[in-house]
Amino acid sequence: MLAQQLLNGLLLGATYALFALGFTLMFGVLRVVNLTYGFYFTAGAFLALWLTQAGAPLFLALPAAAIASGLIATLLDWLLLTRLRRAGADELASLMVTLGAVLALYAGMTAWLGPDIRRLPPGLIAAGALEAFGLRITLAQILILAACALLVGLLLWLMRGTRLGLAIRAMAERPDTAALMGIATARLAALVSFVSGALAGAGGVLIGLNFNAIHPYMGESMMLRGFVVIVVGGLGNIFGALVAGLLLGIIEVLTAGYISSGLKEAVAFALLVLVLWTRPAGLFGTTLARKA
Amino acid sequence: MSTLEVHGLTCAYGRTEVLHGLDFAVPDGRIVCLIGANGAGKTTTLRALSGQIRPRAGRILLDGAEIAGMAPHRIVARGMVQVPEGRQVFASLSVDENLALGAWLCADAHERARRREAALSRFPRLRERLRQPAGALSGGEQQMLAIGRALMAGPKLLLLDEPSMGLAPLVVEEIFAILAGLRREGITILLIEQNASAALEIADTAYVIETGRIALSGSAAEVARNPAVVAAYLGG
Ligand SMILES: Nc1ncnc2c1ncn2[C@@H]1O[C@H](COP(=O)(O)OP(=O)(O)OP(=O)(O)O)[C@@H](O)[C@H]1O
Ligand SMILES: [Mg+2]
Repeated sequence: MLAQQLLNGLLLGATYALFALGFTLMFGVLRVVNLTYGFYFTAGAFLALWLTQAGAPLFLALPAAAIASGLIATLLDWLLLTRLRRAGADELASLMVTLGAVLALYAGMTAWLGPDIRRLPPGLIAAGALEAFGLRITLAQILILAACALLVGLLLWLMRGTRLGLAIRAMAERPDTAALMGIATARLAALVSFVSGALAGAGGVLIGLNFNAIHPYMGESMMLRGFVVIVVGGLGNIFGALVAGLLLGIIEVLTAGYISSGLKEAVAFALLVLVLWTRPAGLFGTTLARKA
Repeated sequence: MSTLEVHGLTCAYGRTEVLHGLDFAVPDGRIVCLIGANGAGKTTTLRALSGQIRPRAGRILLDGAEIAGMAPHRIVARGMVQVPEGRQVFASLSVDENLALGAWLCADAHERARRREAALSRFPRLRERLRQPAGALSGGEQQMLAIGRALMAGPKLLLLDEPSMGLAPLVVEEIFAILAGLRREGITILLIEQNASAALEIADTAYVIETGRIALSGSAAEVARNPAVVAAYLGG
């Protein structure tokens, strides 16, 4: 049933896009490959799990978990990367530091909580579903789609429709010159960390909801997809991440449905290689052109 | 009203000291120019004044207040604004967005609109290109944009790093006429140049910087007559 598969793929893709938007923001603006990003995804899922277990309704747990993930992201960015930025270290240094940190974080979390898959409290969302034209969409799926659309809309409005977004885009292009405009770049960088961490956290909650499976390493498999999406979409390109995220979700669901679910990751990464072969700057990339 | 005084400014990149104790002053309402050859330390001086690098020693007084080591955005807030070397426009952003960024610290939307109008009537060519990405402008237009962007901050003191670099003589003339006009409007200017003849024509006072030291200073007319300056910088 192709239409149903496309719908499911779109849903999964919307969450991928949400996650990747935060990643590409961090990448494009802060110019650092921050591998701790996947951890904020895990953190968001667990925070929502605990909050809902404590009785909080989902419409409170989702924003609270997202905000807390954003704060964790700001704190970790400051702890891990301030010194490197000040010393003008290269990308490899930030890559290694954040790789070490994120592995330690996952391992610590697993040691603390165990590797088991956890489930959200039953009855968190009414089990109903809408059916129309032979398509079935659950209430959880509607919520995921609405939350993704809202957050993506908010992000686009922030980046394209506000003075703050203009300052962020300026800082992405020339951080030193942005400071000469009177922009407090360190504070703005902290804000960008917060926004991207919050997007990751929200993505974690929504994926947790979609598959109802929450475990410490869930952020890691998501990071692989995050990389595919932002590289295919063009580093730092918001529109590209949106389209590539949706595409990846649809491709994964179609592969699982028509070929084999064991192959969905293989297909996704084969596609990554293919895109980079033909278009080294990604589908919508201008980054390489701009550097040249 | 704005006065800049620099005492014993010493700067280094890592272990290499490149400024060895500069003393100079930019009195209120004047144009002071700093001329020097490639690598003399002119840009480094401006970067220190703007807070982009922390001086190793020395004092920088803006209207009597110590600003050495202060963050760049705080220095902009005090009214000293830099037009950086090589223009440094935000190439992917539109001309209008570049101008808007210059007024980042101005919270009043009416005042921002007023400054934008003033900048566009000063540089009419920018008005025709408001929606274009700044990277698509010619070198001269980019320099005008960089100056217009700095004016959007409502500066009392303007620091310019080689505004004539890479521009055709006619465009250089146009830009220097605008600088002279800004001075008449009460903006104090520190002008850095390799194009010494154009700079000395509009400046009141001049300093010659050689390998991180002030080698010579005086009124612009005196410096322009100095035989060593004529030989080294004026193609005499
Ligand atoms: N980021 C840096 N790291 C190390 N050394 C630097 C750096 N920037 C400049 N220098 C050195 O400091 C000295 C002064 O450079 P500066 O850029 O201030 O010169 P300048 O007078 O502006 O030259 P130009 O006319 O070419 O712009 C030069 O010897 C230069 O090589
Ligand atoms: Mg220079």
